[in-house]
Formats: sequence, structure tokens, C-alpha cells
Amino acid sequence: MEQPNSTVSVRLSSLAAGATAQLRKLPAGGTTFLRLREMGLLPGTKIKLVRRAPLGDPIEIEVRGYHLTLRKEEADLIEVAPC
Amino acid sequence: MESSPLPSETSGSRTAVGGHLPVFALVGNPNCGKTTLFNALTGLRQKVGNYPGVTVEKKVGECFSQHGKLMRLIDLPGSYSLAARSPDEAIMRDVLLGRRADTPQPDRVVCVVDASNLERNLYLATQVIELGLPTILVLNMMDLAALRSVSVDAAALERELGVPVVCCEAASGKGVRELRLVMSREALPPSAWRLPLPAAVEPAVVYIADAATRRPHTEPSARARAEALLLLTEQDKEELEVAGSRHSPEAAHARLAEWTARWRAEEFDWRGAIIGARYEAIGGICERTVRRGETTGETVSDRIDAVLVHPFWGWVALSAVMAFLFLSIFSFAEAPMNWIDAGVAWLSDLVRDAMPAGDVRDLLTDGVVAGVGGVVIFLPQILILFFFIGLLESSGYMARAAFIMDRLMSKVGLNGKSFIPLLSSYACAIPGIMSARTIEEPKDRLVTILVAPLMSCSARLPVYLLLIAALFPSEAVSAWQKTGIMFGMYALGTLGAFAFAWVFKRFLLKGAPPLMIMELPPYRLPSLRNVLLHMYERAMAFLRKAGTIILGISILLWALTTYPKIDDAALADGDSAIAHSVAGRLGHAMEPVIAPLGFNWQIGIGLISSFAAREVFVSSMAVVYSVEEDAEADARPLRDALLDARWEDGRAVFTPLVCLGLMVFYVFAMQCISTTVVVRRETGSWRWPLFQLGYMTGFAYLAALVIHQGGRALGWG
Repeated sequence: MEQPNSTVSVRLSSLAAGATAQLRKLPAGGTTFLRLREMGLLPGTKIKLVRRAPLGDPIEIEVRGYHLTLRKEEADLIEVAPC
Repeated sequence: MESSPLPSETSGSRTAVGGHLPVFALVGNPNCGKTTLFNALTGLRQKVGNYPGVTVEKKVGECFSQHGKLMRLIDLPGSYSLAARSPDEAIMRDVLLGRRADTPQPDRVVCVVDASNLERNLYLATQVIELGLPTILVLNMMDLAALRSVSVDAAALERELGVPVVCCEAASGKGVRELRLVMSREALPPSAWRLPLPAAVEPAVVYIADAATRRPHTEPSARARAEALLLLTEQDKEELEVAGSRHSPEAAHARLAEWTARWRAEEFDWRGAIIGARYEAIGGICERTVRRGETTGETVSDRIDAVLVHPFWGWVALSAVMAFLFLSIFSFAEAPMNWIDAGVAWLSDLVRDAMPAGDVRDLLTDGVVAGVGGVVIFLPQILILFFFIGLLESSGYMARAAFIMDRLMSKVGLNGKSFIPLLSSYACAIPGIMSARTIEEPKDRLVTILVAPLMSCSARLPVYLLLIAALFPSEAVSAWQKTGIMFGMYALGTLGAFAFAWVFKRFLLKGAPPLMIMELPPYRLPSLRNVLLHMYERAMAFLRKAGTIILGISILLWALTTYPKIDDAALADGDSAIAHSVAGRLGHAMEPVIAPLGFNWQIGIGLISSFAAREVFVSSMAVVYSVEEDAEADARPLRDALLDARWEDGRAVFTPLVCLGLMVFYVFAMQCISTTVVVRRETGSWRWPLFQLGYMTGFAYLAALVIHQGGRALGWG
């Protein structure tokens, strides 16, 4: 996996619509994050924030070629490095 | 490869060539086209039921091999991983592992993957392959992949995974014949691919697998190894247990606890290591088998979503879809409903003319034909509703609706995913409650189940339509006004559902905020064949209900309203025979309770009998008021009979206020035995269905009371 140029980690939820980033870290426990990892959200994975829902939450991301939605609350706990 | 003997655990009866019917399990990710393939293979030779002890749909179908041999196909719920996170997924895991007593362990597995999304789909596929059962990999949606400039080398994939790979476009039927051919092979090799284990995890897998295997201290079987890997990636102590399933051996759990305690102390993320290793292995496979061409950037789905999930146009589209849905139920259904109505009248006349007067003739005309006919008339509306829901679901729009609605739903503590169960509950609460099983969080599921019957289901339509007709006897009132009242009833039920959901979430079932991990599948042209099959299934279920429960109740009700008989001579003026029947006495006994709502004892009979199912109210009224009539009189619309109904003092019974109160009662009352039974099965105890029955009926009574007494205080009616 290529390392991101930037060393700054930001929350996934803070990305702008259309921005891409590389996943850095996500919580190890809990059903949600276990499932997110099984669906391919692993450190090093590229993520694109596609859009926010009309009311601002949840968010839609593109990962490994498919689209996934998750709530801001979970996205707040996922660290990414913009690229 | 093909003739290689099977290893001990999967040999013998597992080879699927012996005397018994070979059983195939059909597995795959949600949205991978699994159901389309199941329909393509089985057509109308399918049965839908439930797994005993859980409300997870059990879909079994039969198909013929290329040589005309019968084969059985079990369609398992779509899942992203073998490690279960919902009862649906637990069923899939347990059937594949042979842990369910009520379902034979499949001899072979057909694993469907979406070729345009191979990387994620292979996560489940490799887990399934590791079970060591003979597996066929179906590379579905090759057309969609081509659209995205993705090409998959099937032969290379076959070499990588060591299982037969069949290319397929289930929606157009391409590749189905080839799949059938592979399924018909006498011998399929047991799948041999195994996940290269990270060094840190390997000793634990071997140690746990040793306890999970049936013959300890021998080389752990493929299945035991897979089971150990599953135990390691499942949630601690919250491993989903589903009624009717056997579980892995205690010894394996003890060994699991030993290792996880150690890893926790070392702060080693063993789950991450296993999941990461799998994606790494998959990444390698994809590198060698998938070629990506130049992508054009924006896909068709992206362009559609730019409108349908737009902050403004998204709402416009959602409202338009829902408005169109409800308008079509009321407009398109009218003609076929009139045909059924005419057919029922014709049948009734036929019986009347053909048979001598007497109890048997009355039973047939007033009990059977009137009762069942009054319900079957709503079949067109039910079909239209299921048609639209099927269309929205298979086009991919339902997921968008959940995405848009999530924020609003979360205000009352629900989840965007509850939107689909609640929306389908407009058709019928039973499929709605069953679709709630896609909600992972148990408390969210429970709240969704508790409020789902408040959404005005199609069984209420007959009641609304009858009462609206009684409310506006003149033709002067436009269809729009009637639709407006109908809409009001739907809105009232929906508001009630949200209000109760909020109350339950706030006070009764406090819990962590719900999850919202949902895939947004690419838009697809819905398969008409699938939608029609779905409608056919629902129509048959509805007709079965009409033919059994409702027929039985209609006959029982006719008897209750007919016996004991009283001599006409013994009747005083203004008295009727039905008042002396068992039903009449029951209705009279109820009068003190329902009189404050403005209901008479005839309505009381309807209330009692429709506890079985709401639409029975209509047939009850038909029976109650037609039995009262002169037997020789021509059949006339029930609406007119209601309008003529009088209290002893000559006041009309069905005043606008009473009709309104009755409608509101039916908005809230939990009157559906089938739903109660499903909730009992879904929640595993009588506690919740009884609670639901209590709170809904109690609130219905209260609401009808407030309307009637309030209305009278204001001087109406």
C-alpha cells in the first residue's frame, strides 16, 4: 500500500463531498466496525466521500468500487488521510 | 480434478448422486442477483415458509438437472460475511454448517458473486469455499461489469480458487443453462482454497479447530478450521444464536476464551489481522484475474443519484413516488374490483336460483359467498401495492429512500432501514415485520415490529372504503375528497407509528443509537419476471388466507348469527331474529363498553369477529345485515344497508361521526391474528405480541372515545 503524502489525519465525516482519502485507523471493537472491516474498510483502503444525505446525515462513501452509507457518528470515529 | 475422491467428511451421501434429492444452497451478498437466479432456475416450483422458531424466510425450490433429474435449491438470505450480525445471517451460517435440525445440510453450494464488485463479494465466497463443500462459483452480472470496463478472467479465477466458475447474466437468463449443466455433474470436487493464516493467529485456529472437530486429535477438517475462524471473528459473547440451531461445541468456546483473553492483554487486534489477511489474499486473486479498463468516471447510477438523492429534487422525487403509489392503488384497481364485485353477485344469484330455500342455501350465499367475496374484492389493490414495492425494491430505489429518510427516522430513534419495513407494512404488516430482520440492532428491530401494524395495511382498505362510502352516500362528493379522507387515515396511522416509536425508544427500549451501514446498489432495470413472481406469491398467500381463516370465520359467524333460531311469530315489533342469536347476545353484552363510542351491537359483532383480521369487519357487516334482510329480497350494496341501519329510537346508526370514530378505531386497533402469530415467532415470546395487542387496542378505544364524545360535545352527530 502506498503511504499518503499527507501526515495529517482527519475524521472521515469532515471530508468534503467528492474528496478522496486513505483510511488510517478505525475502532477495533463493536459490531459496526467489525462489519465495516468485513465490508472492506481497512487501514490503507481508499475512500471517496460521494455525498451527504439531503438532511446532512448519513453520508455516502465509495469504497472498493461500491457505494456504502454510514452515519456521521460512526464516520467521526474513522481517521483518514486526505489524498 | 472432477473424478477426485472426496475426503471423509464430505463423502458418502454428500456426493448428491445417491438415491436422495441433491440439495444445493444458494448463497451470496445482498444485491448480487441471487434471487433472480433462484427464480430463473426454479420458476414456479418454489415454496416459501419460515424457519421454525425464527421469522426468517425459508425459500426452497426445485429444478431439473440437464438430464431431467430433480434437484432441490435452498435460497439463503443475502449476507456480507459468514460471521453473522443478524438473525438472517445466522440462519445462513447455521444451514451451511449443518447446524439446523429442520434443514438438511446442503450437499453442494452455489455461491453467487457480482462480477462488477468482485473484491468485496469474494470475502463471503472465500469463507464459503473454506467450508470444504463442493462449491460452484457463479460470476453474475458480467454485463454490468462490462459496462464499467471490468473484465474477469473466469478460467484464471477457476484455477485460483479450485472451484468451477460459471459466467452468468441472471437477469437476461444468459449462463443459466451452463450453470444447470455444472450443477448436474455427477461429481464435484470439494472446494480446496484455504486462507493463508497470519502467523500470530495460526496456533489459535488449530487449537480451537481441534476442539470443534468431531474426531479430536486428528487433522482438523476444513469445516472445523472454518468454524474456528468464524468463532474468532464473531462478536464476543454476543454471537447470534437463533432458535432451532445447534451450536459449536463448548470446548471450542472455552479455548476461544483462553486465546482472546491472552490477545486482549497483549492488545493484539486478532480480528483485524484475520480480516486483513483475507482481503490481502483476495487482493492477490483480483490482481491476477480482474482487468480494469479506462473508466469514464461518472456512471449512470451517479447521474441518476445526482437527481434522486439531491437535497431538493430528492424530496420531490420521493413524494412523487409515494403519491403515485397511493393514487394508483385507488384508481387502477377500480375496474377489476367492479368485475370481482359483479362476479360475486352473479355467483350468489346462481346459488340462490339453483338451490331450494333453507339453511344450506343461506349458508352458501350469506356465509361463504358474501364473506369471502367481500375480501377477495381487494385482491387488485393488494397486487398493485406489491407490484410497486417490488419495482422500487428491485430497481435499487428503496435503499435511496432509506438513505434520504434516515435522518428523519432517527429523530424518533429509528433507522433509515426501518423505512422499508414500515413502507411495506402499507401493503401488509406481515412482510413488513419480516423485512425488519435486516435491522441488526435488536431494540431497533423490536420497535419497528411493534409499530409496523400501525401503518395502514391493505386489510384496512375494505373497512375505510366501506365507511367512506357510508359517510358520503351521494355521488356529489368527488374522488379527490374521498382520497383526501383516505390519505388522512394513512397519515394518522403513520403519525401514530412515529409517535409510539419515539415513546418506546425513549422510555421502554433505551439503547445505543442505531446502525446505518447500508449498501447503495447501482440502479438496475427491475426484472418484471421477479416482480410478477413476487406478486403471485403474495396473491396466493392472500387467497389462501381468504380461503381458510376468513372462510372459516364467515361460516362460524353465519352460524352464530343464525342460531339459535326463533319463530317469527315470537318476535315483537321492531325485534329481529339476529338479536336472539348467539352473536346478537354477545354484541348486546358488549354494548355498555362500546356505546360510549357510538357503536351498536351489530358493530360489536364486527369488532369481535374482525379480531381475526380487519377485513372480516366488512364480511361480518355483510353477514349481519344480510341475514337480517328478507331472504327473497335482491342483493343490494352493503353501503345502503348500513345507511338504513337504525337505533331502536329511529336515529341512524352510521352517522358521519360514528363512521369517523370507527375508521380511527381501525387505524389503531391491532386486529390481525396472523400478525400476532408472526410477532410471537419473531420476538420469541408472547410478551411482545400481547403488549402490542394491548397498547394498540387500548389506544384505538381511547381515540374513538375522544372523537365520539368530543364530536358530540361540539354538537356534531
